Amino acid sequence: MMTGSSFFLSALAGLLACCIIQRYKLINPYILMVMMYVGINIILTASLNLINGYMGEFSVGHAGFMAVGAYVSSILTVRVFSAQYAQWFFPLALIAGGMGAGLVGMIVAIPSFKTRGDYLAIVTLAFNMIVKSAIENIDAIGGPRGFLGMHRLTTLPWIFIWTVLTLWIIRNFIYSNYGRGVLSIREDEVASELMGVHTRRVKVLTFVISSFFAGVAGGLFAHLLQFINPNSFNILKSTDILIMVYLGGVGSIIGSILGATIFTVLLEILRPLQVWRMVIMPLVLIFLMLFRPRGIMGLRELRLFVPEQYRKAVARWRLKRKKYDAVS
Amino acid sequence: MPCLEVKNLTHYFGGLCAVSDFNLALDAGELIGIIGPNGAGKTTIFNLITGIYRPTKGVVRFKGKDLTGLRPAAITVRGIARTFQNIRLFNNLSVLDNVRIAHYAGMKYTPLEGILHIGRFGREEERISESSLELLDRFNISELAETEARNLPYGMQRRLEIVRALATKPLLLLLDEPAAGMNPSEVHRLIDFVRIIRKEFSLTIILIEHQMRLVMGVCERIMVLDFGATIAEGTPEEIQNNPKVLEAYLGQEAAV
Repeated sequence: MMTGSSFFLSALAGLLACCIIQRYKLINPYILMVMMYVGINIILTASLNLINGYMGEFSVGHAGFMAVGAYVSSILTVRVFSAQYAQWFFPLALIAGGMGAGLVGMIVAIPSFKTRGDYLAIVTLAFNMIVKSAIENIDAIGGPRGFLGMHRLTTLPWIFIWTVLTLWIIRNFIYSNYGRGVLSIREDEVASELMGVHTRRVKVLTFVISSFFAGVAGGLFAHLLQFINPNSFNILKSTDILIMVYLGGVGSIIGSILGATIFTVLLEILRPLQVWRMVIMPLVLIFLMLFRPRGIMGLRELRLFVPEQYRKAVARWRLKRKKYDAVS
Repeated sequence: MPCLEVKNLTHYFGGLCAVSDFNLALDAGELIGIIGPNGAGKTTIFNLITGIYRPTKGVVRFKGKDLTGLRPAAITVRGIARTFQNIRLFNNLSVLDNVRIAHYAGMKYTPLEGILHIGRFGREEERISESSLELLDRFNISELAETEARNLPYGMQRRLEIVRALATKPLLLLLDEPAAGMNPSEVHRLIDFVRIIRKEFSLTIILIEHQMRLVMGVCERIMVLDFGATIAEGTPEEIQNNPKVLEAYLGQEAAV
C-alpha cells in the first residue's frame, strides 16, 4: 500500500543502526552532534519546503515556529513532568510543542491568506520578530537570558524516528487530494480555485502542518543543546532554513534532504576558515542560483519518495482496460 | 425556470464601466455566443459569473439559486466550469494530475486519511485516477497522461483545458475564446468537438469568440457587446445584418 515493505524494512534497519551507534558510542561525539543537526535541519527544511516549494508562497519566519515548539516542549519537560520520567514524556512534549507551533501557525495563516499576494512574507517576517521579543520580555521563562535545565533527551534514534516520520507524512500529504491542491495553487491559484479547490482551506492546512514540524524540530533542538535563548531563533536562523530549501531544491523531498545535509556539513567543514566561511557560503549560493535556480533537485523527486499507487496508476489502468477489452 | 439567469449585471473597475446592465436568460441545453470587439467586457462577464469578481450591481442566478458573493470554488461545485482566454493549465504537473485536481471537490476523505494514507484514501484515489484516465481516453489524450502539461502542443493544451473543465462535472460550460490562435482546420475540429461534448455531457454552453466562423457555425443565439453594453441579440443571420454590429466592428462609415 505504501512504498512497499522495503521502505519500512530500511527504516527499521536505520533505526536499529542508530540505536547501536548511540548505545555503544561508535561515533565520536562531534560527528554524532553534526548528524543530529543534519536530522533537525532536514525536518525544518522539508517543512518549510511545503510552503515555499510545493505551495509557491513565501514564508520567511520559520524559526519563529521553531521557537514556539522549543519553549513549549522545554517548559513541559523541565517544569511540568517530573525529572525522572522526563525521558518517557519526551515524545509527548515534542508533540505538544508541535501542536503549539501549529496553533500559532493557524493564527498567522488565517489572516494572511485572506488576501492573495505577497503579504505572507511580510507577516511571517513580523511574526518572527514578535515571537523573539515576546520571549525576551517574559521573565518567567528566562527572558533574554534564555531557558535551561533540560536534560539531553534528544538522541540519534529519536532524531531518526522524527525525520523519517516527517518525511513520510509530508510525502503522503503531497500525494493526496490536498497535496494536489497545494501544487495547483503554486501553478495557478485562480485556475485552482475555479477547479473547485478550496484554496484558503488548503493553504491554512498546509501552513499548520508545516509549523507543526517546525515546532517538533524546535523541541528536538532544545533538548539537544540543553539551552535555548531568543537569539537562537532570530531572523538569521530563518534565513538558514530558507537557504537550505533553495539549495536542495524547491518542491522536492530528496531536495530537502540534500539541501539540509550539504549546508550543515559544509558549514562544519569550513569551520577552520572562521569568518571566511560566511563569504564562501553566500558565494556557493550565488553560483547555485545562477546555474540551477530551482536548487539541486528542484521539482524533481526520487522514485523512492513517490507512492506506488501514484507511480503505477496509468499502467494499472491500461492493464485493467486490456482485460476488459479481452472479455468483451 | 431558466438554467442561468443574469439580471442587470454591472461592474466598474474604478471609474471605468466594464459591464453595464447585462441581462441574460439561458435555458438548459442552449448554446449561445457572446461576441464583441476587444475590451467590450466579455471576459469580465465570465469573471462575474464564476465569482472571480464581485459585481457592483446585479444578480447571477443558477438553477434558481443566487450565486453572488460565493467563492469561485463553491460556484464550480454547483456546476459552472470555464476555460481561459490565455490557457491556464497547471504547467509543471502531468496531464493526469491536471484532470485529477478538477476532482478535488468530489473526493470523500478527510485530511487525516490523506496524511496517513489510510481509510478511504486508497479506494478514492483509485477511483479518480480511473475516471480521469477514462475521460482523457475519450478525447484521445490518455497516451500523454504522464507528460507535463506545458510540453503538449498548443491545440492539445486547449483541448486539455476543456477536458479539465469537464472533469468538474459541469452543467454550464463557459468557453473563453477557445479558438484563439488556431488555424482554420483546427477551428473546424474545434466546432465538431464543441458539438460532441455538448451532446455527450448534455451541457449548456456560453461561448466567447472572435472568430466568426466558429460563432456562426455552432451558436443558436448570439449577443453582441460593445463598451460593456449589449448592443444586439438574435440568431446568427440577424446579427450578421445588424447595422449596429457592423458599426461596432468596422466603424461608423462602413456601416452607412
